Amino acid sequence: MNHHPTIKPSLDARTAAQSHFRMLRLGTPFQPRIDALGLKQDWYNWAGYRAPHSLWDEELEYFAIRSQAALFDISPMTKYRIEGPDAEAYLDRVTLRDVTKLKPGRVHYTAWCDDEGFVLDDGTLFRLSPARLRLCSQERHLPWLLDSAFRYDVTVEEETEAVAGLALQGPTSFAILRDAGFAGVERLKIFDLAEFAHDGATVTISRTGFTGDLGYELFVPADKALSLWDRLMAAGELRGIRAIGYTALNRARLEAGLIVANADFTTSEHAIRADRLRMPDEIGLGFMIDPNKGHFNGRRAILEARARKKLRHVLVGLEIEGNIPAKHAIVYYKKSQEVGLVSAAMWSPMAKRNIALASLHRPYGDTIVDDLWVEIYAMRELQYQKLMKKAKVVPRPFIKLDRRTANPPADF
Amino acid sequence: MKAWDAIVIGGGHNGLVNACYLQRAGLDVLVLEKNDWVGGAATSRELTPGFLYSNCSYVCSLFRPEIMRDLELPRFGLQVISYEGGAVFTRDGDYLANYRDHDAHRREFARFSKRDAEAYDRYSRDVTRQCRFIQPLLMRTAPDPTSFRPRDLGELLHLGKKFAGLSAEEMALTLRFWTMSISDFLDEYFETDVIKANFALSGIIGTALGPMSPGTAYVLLHHYMGEVDGSVGAWGYARGGMGAVTKALAASFKVSGGTIRTGAEVDHVLIRNGKAKGVVLAGGEEIYGKLIISNADVKRTFLKLVEEKELPDIFLRRVRNFKIRGSSGKVNIALDSLPEFPALPKDSPVYRADMHFTDSIERMERAYDDWKAGRWSADPFLDMMIPTTLDPTMAPPGKHFMSCFVQYAPPKIDGRDWTDVDRDGFAESVISQIVQYSPGFRDRIVHMEVRTPREIEAEVGLTEGNIFQGELTFDQLLFNRPVPGYAQYRSPVGGLYMCGSSTHPGGGVMGAPGRNAAAEILRDLAKPSLHMSPAHDVI
Repeated sequence: MNHHPTIKPSLDARTAAQSHFRMLRLGTPFQPRIDALGLKQDWYNWAGYRAPHSLWDEELEYFAIRSQAALFDISPMTKYRIEGPDAEAYLDRVTLRDVTKLKPGRVHYTAWCDDEGFVLDDGTLFRLSPARLRLCSQERHLPWLLDSAFRYDVTVEEETEAVAGLALQGPTSFAILRDAGFAGVERLKIFDLAEFAHDGATVTISRTGFTGDLGYELFVPADKALSLWDRLMAAGELRGIRAIGYTALNRARLEAGLIVANADFTTSEHAIRADRLRMPDEIGLGFMIDPNKGHFNGRRAILEARARKKLRHVLVGLEIEGNIPAKHAIVYYKKSQEVGLVSAAMWSPMAKRNIALASLHRPYGDTIVDDLWVEIYAMRELQYQKLMKKAKVVPRPFIKLDRRTANPPADF
Repeated sequence: MKAWDAIVIGGGHNGLVNACYLQRAGLDVLVLEKNDWVGGAATSRELTPGFLYSNCSYVCSLFRPEIMRDLELPRFGLQVISYEGGAVFTRDGDYLANYRDHDAHRREFARFSKRDAEAYDRYSRDVTRQCRFIQPLLMRTAPDPTSFRPRDLGELLHLGKKFAGLSAEEMALTLRFWTMSISDFLDEYFETDVIKANFALSGIIGTALGPMSPGTAYVLLHHYMGEVDGSVGAWGYARGGMGAVTKALAASFKVSGGTIRTGAEVDHVLIRNGKAKGVVLAGGEEIYGKLIISNADVKRTFLKLVEEKELPDIFLRRVRNFKIRGSSGKVNIALDSLPEFPALPKDSPVYRADMHFTDSIERMERAYDDWKAGRWSADPFLDMMIPTTLDPTMAPPGKHFMSCFVQYAPPKIDGRDWTDVDRDGFAESVISQIVQYSPGFRDRIVHMEVRTPREIEAEVGLTEGNIFQGELTFDQLLFNRPVPGYAQYRSPVGGLYMCGSSTHPGGGVMGAPGRNAAAEILRDLAKPSLHMSPAHDVI
């Protein structure tokens, strides 16, 4: 079947792992610190980990991202280490974007598809060295990655538990890293990465994030997680650093116009209903496709769908009149014909606009963008206030912050 | 002499479901049951004081919730309790568990293979897609493709539409799925023996096929398409054993005015001028009825209860060739304490679920080899559970009822009938396997009921002891079940209908054949079926 059979764990290793059934939601390597700050005890399940929705106040946590610096634990994100002489060629084959253009020390946002061109997931690819890369994603893909490695001199290893991750995002994030003693971090431009010494080990810092703001992501071996957390918190004390939960981050990402797998689209390995499958062009990822690079998974199907105009959906940013969030509202054409669904919506504090992401049936949202409406069911004191509001297709991101890309980065 | 509106032969769950619907539609219905109790293969009997056994079927998932609601079964005591996923013990002293929590499930699989742990989502997606295709067909009469009646054309169109909803690739997958072996199917997802064995068991239960035989992938699907209260694929215990299902049905039937006669074995169906007129009991008593509905399997119905001369040759030949092969047995055990399994932590939820000791497909296939040779399996496949961990009604506190479904057991031993000595040898193969994983198990046994195909056929009436009233292979499904041209619950004899698991959609304690047969009968009588809800939507 697969060409890279995985190593079978020993009986001792298996037995040692039996007791997991007693703890259904694991803590991450940062859990002792997060538990201490989790005043609300408001947890959710992120891929089997106990992750905070909010630690003390979701509104204020959001403003920490936009005004100071926010620390968010991204350890539950799925991580794969991909290494070997053929790592570049292999990933160029598996993922959409041109990996030959991804230089060592750089990161790019990419996606990957099945043979029919449907998106399996999106994620970030970190080129740590010429032959060593890290792929981070929401869902899990080990069988797909191993099977695709046939005839490539490459090893693929799942390292989610071994590597701890933190996102440090916000206007003072650079100053905190500098003050924490990460010399040279000022040289990181957007999507750059570099390795720094930390506590006898190495921390990989990249100028990336999920907020549309100035920010960084840090990866360390799990056993160095707590000392990294403490180092950042100590350095950030005078610059307003705060730990945050997912609700705040989710607002920031929506303002940045970024999509979340299995929230804004259904990934191919989870789509039970055939019409829920999406090609990159149908979820706003068409820009990743480079027909001139070598063959990649799904290429034939994607190009054929483009040529034959078989793309049926489009993901758009909407600006909706009023200030009531249109979460999961149905989108109408001329107030009557159902043409799509809002997947995420909020009042944007930064843009002072009512924004949303929506999936529409083409040609609506594609060539027909006028006369679109959303029907909002707002529950107020056990009664739905039904609102029909005008929606305008607008470009993403909804906000653009100069500090995100400024070089050198500013202190705030 | 009184002529009943309808006589149902056999008080199994499908016979009772059928009788309930007909009675509620205004017919005067009599159910005749040869045993002194009703239930067929869904019974709970107290064979030793204080212990209630689920004597044959032992878990509940397929029974259609629409039927439970229509026939008010909760009012008559039916409660189904979901349980955790179970485990396969490995020969090296470990086990592989199935946990209900998605992430715990992944972590458990990752103990054996990180790759397989991450393959589960795709496997689950594909099986779910197939379930969604088959589910809406359960509560509908299968269309007859040889007929040109508008209704059949409409039903064919429905089937075609279900197909049309699938992509070309999915359509190909569906056809493969319905015909391939469970072993080949699992090879497309998993690499680890015990993980494949864990899933393969649903492909062979009740079936005289091995995991490498074509057609077994569908049998897996048949075990996945049930639900407990909307949780598709989940299995539960009927509180009070599986007899609680038929007890509730019998009570519902009686409250609506129906009549049940137990200890009334039908010898044959009375037929005059090609039309069923009644039945003759084993004692010679004649009972007349306008309609006769047989809950017995198609072979018992047409080879034992109906005279050959009443049936067309081709029909008879097809009935004779219908595959209804004995392949399994059952050992029910009363225990004076909860068994211990040194491999399993004492606080594991697995104690409350199904346990298995066959940790590779290879071993399952070898067990099947014994069946082909006319022997019971030396190393049998067990589906074992202890319902009393969740159901306090079946044994005194601290004591337990253990149900062991055992495969394979041939209908005949080396071509001859089973003897009591064979039966004891068969039981010993089961107990000695359990003892390997639970030392001291033997000392906990208070009482034991051992059922080979011989006992199951003699008591329940299932030909060869086949639990599904006929194999669930593609050649015997949909409009070919039980035989082409007679897949709509009618027979060549006027007024004689079938309502057992030999008919579409097949076996398992599902109730759908009984309900669908009632719908056809009421259609023939031009009576509205006001008390029959349509199938729940699959969205």
